[in-house]
Amino acid sequence: MIRVALRQFRTEAIVGFGLLAVLAIVLAVTGPHLAQVNDAFQSSCRPAGDCATTPNPVFRVDVPLQGFLPIIVTVAPALLGLFFGAPLIARELETGTFRLAWTQSVTRRRWLAVKLGLVGIASMAIAGLLTWMVDWWASPLAAATKDRLDPGHFGWHGVVPIGYAAFAFALGATAGVLLRRTVPAMAATLVGFVAARVAVGNWVRPNLASPLHQSLSLASTGIGSLNLAAQTGTFSLIPPSVNIPNGWVLSTAVVDKSGKALTDQYVLHACPGYGRFPGAPPSPAAMQSVHASCLNTLSTTFHTVAAYQPGSRFWPFQWAEMAIFLAAAVALCGFSYWWLRRQ
Amino acid sequence: MTAVIEANGLGKRYRQTWALSECTLAIPAGKVVGLVGPNGAGKTTLLHLSVGLLQPTAGSITVLGGRPGTTPDQLARVGFVAQDAPVYAGLSIRDHLRFGARMNPSWDMALAEDRVARVGLQPHQRAGELSGGQRAQLALTLAVARRPELLVLDEPVASLDPLARREFLQGLMEIVVEHGASVILSSHLVADLERVCDYVVVLVDSRVQVAGDIDDLLATHHRLTGARRDPDALPRDQQVISESHTDRQSTLVVRTEGPVLDPSWSVQQLDLEDLVLAYMTRSVQGNRRPKLETRP
Repeated sequence: MIRVALRQFRTEAIVGFGLLAVLAIVLAVTGPHLAQVNDAFQSSCRPAGDCATTPNPVFRVDVPLQGFLPIIVTVAPALLGLFFGAPLIARELETGTFRLAWTQSVTRRRWLAVKLGLVGIASMAIAGLLTWMVDWWASPLAAATKDRLDPGHFGWHGVVPIGYAAFAFALGATAGVLLRRTVPAMAATLVGFVAARVAVGNWVRPNLASPLHQSLSLASTGIGSLNLAAQTGTFSLIPPSVNIPNGWVLSTAVVDKSGKALTDQYVLHACPGYGRFPGAPPSPAAMQSVHASCLNTLSTTFHTVAAYQPGSRFWPFQWAEMAIFLAAAVALCGFSYWWLRRQ
Repeated sequence: MTAVIEANGLGKRYRQTWALSECTLAIPAGKVVGLVGPNGAGKTTLLHLSVGLLQPTAGSITVLGGRPGTTPDQLARVGFVAQDAPVYAGLSIRDHLRFGARMNPSWDMALAEDRVARVGLQPHQRAGELSGGQRAQLALTLAVARRPELLVLDEPVASLDPLARREFLQGLMEIVVEHGASVILSSHLVADLERVCDYVVVLVDSRVQVAGDIDDLLATHHRLTGARRDPDALPRDQQVISESHTDRQSTLVVRTEGPVLDPSWSVQQLDLEDLVLAYMTRSVQGNRRPKLETRP
């Protein structure tokens, strides 16, 4: 049965692993140069002590590849779900060959287990190897950007892409079982996978552990941006953005010592300078001085608080999110089996 | 005599409609069974139940003494050729034989290769390029080379031209003679079955109308033609299967174990087609005129 499943999976496997091999060659050729550029920069800036302030030339190397790789790793699990998962059973149901396959001397349970197991593991292997290769290639960049836990970085590094691939594959297979046709199953897989990634990224991952809080002086963060609505003459206050190296800032707020948030009314009251510009927009210089004096006034009573997930939680979060997607994949496979048996 | 298929109150429902209901059957071993009935009568449902592709909604079915499709051993004993002979379009004939070998411990590769050569298939040909007749032959080879005790074929010749039909049925008969498997095949055309079958099951409107040895059935069914009269006036042992009346004349098909003694009837032999048609008409009449329902 395993050899039969391998034979039926041959074309997809050749395409999948072939593309992976092509990318491996590209990365192996360009990767060392990227690392060299970074090493050269580090050894020149370190004696001068300006590594943090000087722009790192590594970001100007292989720019198209730098833009392309995150997209590849992000999209790969979806493609695996679409082209490995969705047709796996849907094509058998669509062309009627399930009537041939399920009447051989192999039980349906074993048939399904071998198919799902083999192609599922292949999907996970492709996603895992891809991420590992890209991680290796991009490690100088990751060290320079210090954004490990940032949503823009988290999803295409570490082990989560393996979980995404397993989930997308199982979702595709299940959609095929339910819809019995390949193309609708592919469409459903894409929608379902995007929805799951958005949902987990926005609502589950921030809550995997309770966030830490960091207080920062108002002078270092500013009070945020103050937007004047010209028609009504009212202000709206947007909290400042805070950067914590490798951390993921979930929210920020400007509060006083008792924890009460800064309001736009308070700003207008404490900084009357903002009210002095009716009609024509003020000159940048005039605005600058109003900002500076306002910040000075407010700093005495207010400070900024950031709720964030620290970069040290990168690996725990990676394993946890992968486990969530793997568990969902296993549940979907179980459902497929139950559904096929029920007929 | 042991039964290859034994069904008890077997039924299958899809959502609201019953595709098969109250099916009770005992088909003896060693027969070539024709399952005949109009399109949509439930033939495919009954065959899928017998190979384990479907689970019954009601009643039970045993095939060769076991529940269909539950264990590898049970699966191995039943060969199945599904309607339209599905095969993997992207795989070659040789790939299909390997598929058969890997999926079936009882696979007989010599038999398979011999059959492929005999029906003129090239091992390197892709199944997607085969004609309907060739595909049916490939599907039959896959089912036969497993050396099953029971061979189930769902409308195997429906999509074939007359020549391919003849060749397919000939091949099937050779297999029956050489390997002695029991066979059940369905068709909506009696002519296909007449040549190869010795047992018939008539299925109409999801119900089994009659089942039995063709010779026995032909011996016990008669067409009576005579002056017009009420069929209720017939002797008790004569069961009316179908009737048609003109102003003066009545034509009845009756089932009776004994001889027809009434000299006013002219008695005719039926052929299989007449017999099947009589049961199909009865089903239609039965729906319209409940008073003609059969006596037990």
